[in-house]
Amino acid sequence: MSKTREVISSGNDLAALASVDAGCTFFGGYPITPSSEVMHTISDLLPKRGGAAIQMEDEIAGVCATIGASMSGQRSLTATSGPGISLKAENLGLAQMAEVPIVVINVMRGGPSTGLPTRVSQGDVAQAKNPSHGDYKSITVCAGDLAECYTETVRAFNLADRFMQPVIVLLDETLGHMHGKAVIPTEEEVKAGIKPRKTFDGPPEEYKPYGVAEDEPAVLNPMFQGYRYHFTGLHHDAMGFPTEEIETCRKLIDRLFRKVDAHLDEIESNEEFMLDDAEILLIGYGSASLAIKEAIVRLREEGIKAGLFRPITLWPSPEERLYELGQKFDKVLSVELNQGQYLEEIQRAMGRKDIQKLTKTNGRPFSPQDIIDKVKEVF
Amino acid sequence: MAFNYDEYLRTNKMPTLWCWGCGDGVILKSFIRAIDKLGWNKDDTCVVSGIGCSGRFSSYLDMNTVHTTHGRTVAFATGIKLANPDKHVVCVAGDGDALAIGGNHTIHGCRRNIDLTLIIINNFIYGLTNSQTSPTTPRGFWTVSQKVGNIDPTFNGCKLAEAAGASFVAREKVSEPRKLEKVLQKALAHKGFSYVEVLSNCHINLGRKNKMANAMENLDWIDSITMPKKKYDALSDEEKINYLPTGILKEDTEAEEYCDMYKEVQKAQQGLRPKITPDDFKKKI
Repeated sequence: MSKTREVISSGNDLAALASVDAGCTFFGGYPITPSSEVMHTISDLLPKRGGAAIQMEDEIAGVCATIGASMSGQRSLTATSGPGISLKAENLGLAQMAEVPIVVINVMRGGPSTGLPTRVSQGDVAQAKNPSHGDYKSITVCAGDLAECYTETVRAFNLADRFMQPVIVLLDETLGHMHGKAVIPTEEEVKAGIKPRKTFDGPPEEYKPYGVAEDEPAVLNPMFQGYRYHFTGLHHDAMGFPTEEIETCRKLIDRLFRKVDAHLDEIESNEEFMLDDAEILLIGYGSASLAIKEAIVRLREEGIKAGLFRPITLWPSPEERLYELGQKFDKVLSVELNQGQYLEEIQRAMGRKDIQKLTKTNGRPFSPQDIIDKVKEVF
Repeated sequence: MAFNYDEYLRTNKMPTLWCWGCGDGVILKSFIRAIDKLGWNKDDTCVVSGIGCSGRFSSYLDMNTVHTTHGRTVAFATGIKLANPDKHVVCVAGDGDALAIGGNHTIHGCRRNIDLTLIIINNFIYGLTNSQTSPTTPRGFWTVSQKVGNIDPTFNGCKLAEAAGASFVAREKVSEPRKLEKVLQKALAHKGFSYVEVLSNCHINLGRKNKMANAMENLDWIDSITMPKKKYDALSDEEKINYLPTGILKEDTEAEEYCDMYKEVQKAQQGLRPKITPDDFKKKI
């Protein structure tokens, strides 16, 4: 990040600003606490720049309109909270299957069901991995502070266009409504870093949108530009037409996995905080990491050497790094605002069960003292 | 010289998956003739469909085509149109698709009066999935989900569309393809939301168990429940209840179109015009 600017803003507003700076020209959404400010802000920003924002009749329509706009080549956004993801799930599956890139911001609140609409939670982490039915590989990033509400949204747009699929940006009520100073890249810096989706420039008769290498995403030219093909949620052939041919079906789903698995280096992003000399490994993400970092500083003042591993890309998980850390650290504590949704992934990646956990599901954020007390209790 | 449909069809996708004698093919051909008369460029035209037999409509057309999820046709199309207001976007859906699972999107598409054409192929049944009751299945008909006779009241989609604010509403039937073509041509050319319900036969999955097992019997039944709007209007209220009027039922060329109005939002946001107020609208509430 070479050129930066200082802004005073909120997480939700920063996500909206990041979207338009990253070239988003369309928003389709529906009001839901605690994400509505994303829609409020982008509804001003987009038409100012010649784009469009529309409040649809429901959550489902919000994501459908967003996918539709993206089919015509436009960077498109929807924003919601957990109940909205539940409603959008089927069409997120369509975007996975038809390989239509969109960015979905989920400002997490307490669940299940209507839950705690105005309170924080990280309860949608498991949902983000597989919101829709069927086999596909999700990409989910998670902002850990105000600045990342901006930078991770920008990154999500580039990842969506690179891998031609929905990318979920997890914020939470704490970050979405947090208001303060953030140092973010300049608009020019972001524009210079935009990686638009691939297109095919040859003659239309040679174009095969889904006829790509086994570990690459579809190459979908925008509609209305002379390359007439078919989008469908059905299993489809190289031209996008429905098929039940056995090998074509097998290869399609394999490719939805391989296009992600073969390029993890382009997707993975983590932060390691005071980890080099640490004796205790804390793992946490999102707004919880703010309290964890403060706790680590205070623990170190007492001579307890703790450090943080923070996955920024939650899905796919940083399983190799987690495995290495699991080998290195005896004392591991997972901290999250749910009943241990990511803990299961940590256990799987580390190949061990003896990981301590600190969880909270009463709609309140962690205080640093919660974490300090837990570290002292279990280690 | 006979009309050449091939220019608009993906001929390598033929034959269609529709049953012998299905009305969907009549609608497809009428639609193509209407597009041809309008001179629309295939590259500038997008056809969006949902799930059901009608869902395959888009895949046979050599245009920009989108086969979406069940009921969401209008929602997808709204995004495509608002993002590309100078392009032609057409929705094709079935009666279950557009009036049951997708009813909300149909209502709000009409309300926004966004410049889409929604062609509802109403065959009075869920045909593709073997004869479940749809919102338009007549009462007393056999369906696989109500084998002793359907008790659910029927939905009048055209009345719904009118009430919800569609600025063009029409009903036609597949037994009159030339009239259908003309109405489709008008609907497609209309600026605003145009709702065209086409009554079609499903002699396989509606007719077989309801004493009209071949296409002609099914079409005769459709004829027996329809009459041109003019004739229908002359009936008493009591006589009207068992007929559906055909023809253009509403045509309002004054209503504000959504994409046009959104351009005013863009101008207002860009400081090129004052904010939008109730005075900007003839119909204020």
